[in-house]
Amino acid sequence: MSIHKQKTFRVLAIALLAMGIMMPAAQADDGHDEKYGGKYGGENRGKPVQPVQTNPKFQQECSTCHIAYAPGLLPAESWRKMMASLDKHFGSDASLDAQDNKEITAFLVNNASNRWSASTAPMRISETAWFKRKHDGHEINPAVWKNPQVKSPANCAACHPQAERGNFNEHDIRMPR
Amino acid sequence: MSRIFYTSALVLVVAGFATQPALAETPNEMLASIQKEALGIPGFSGFSTTRGESFFKTKHGNEWSCASCHTDNPAAPGKHAKTGKVIDPLAPSANTERFTSPKKMEKWFKRNCNDVLNRVCTPQEKGDVLTYLLTVKK
Repeated sequence: MSIHKQKTFRVLAIALLAMGIMMPAAQADDGHDEKYGGKYGGENRGKPVQPVQTNPKFQQECSTCHIAYAPGLLPAESWRKMMASLDKHFGSDASLDAQDNKEITAFLVNNASNRWSASTAPMRISETAWFKRKHDGHEINPAVWKNPQVKSPANCAACHPQAERGNFNEHDIRMPR
Repeated sequence: MSRIFYTSALVLVVAGFATQPALAETPNEMLASIQKEALGIPGFSGFSTTRGESFFKTKHGNEWSCASCHTDNPAAPGKHAKTGKVIDPLAPSANTERFTSPKKMEKWFKRNCNDVLNRVCTPQEKGDVLTYLLTVKK
């Protein structure tokens, strides 16, 4: 093998190796890598989290005690469980009449996360793998959670002012001081 | 001819009413409907503002009273005891939307009585509370 050929081979080998390292990362990053169970072990929020066409009943009924959490934040099975246990909703009775419950369940299920491949169905958004990763100690100083203006991870709007509209864009985050 | 006209006009008017969502009522009409229910209970002798106020402000075995979220002054905005979300005033004098929809009233009495008492409220209790709320000035 000539020196020239050897050099080409080496460059090629390095390039191939580099691709091999980078490819899975790139695949995992766009969240469509079903082979590896998807991003965040398959517990990924949907895209978009809030559908273009919303539902007035959902908006009205689900925003009385807290913001109307976007349907794409949880998988369909979570919403089914949630809507079937509204009389015991995180320590409060939030029951609806049968017709309203049916309409809102359909809206939530139809617009649930489209990137969730795990068989899990958590009841709390803050228990999902994507949420925990995006809000871990590397991303957020633990002191932020203790701020009385934040109070609870359920209070999305404390740092995501446009949470109600389903906008959780990193550029729109405003941490309270 | 005119008979057919009248009949169809009548049908149209009735259909118009039927397709309306539950018609808005006044808080006094809502109280009257609770009273109608209460009258069927033996020993019923009317509603009481004082009883309503004390019911509203006391706990009934659970962590919360009505006032935990609606505050001791129902004419002022309240705050959800858990989420902190602002709740509009409950007294009709401060919030004209209150007690104008039977469906909404039923929904909230069911939820809140369950949270505060672990059961449904009696017509007596509901009537007492609404009577009290109607006396609260802005």
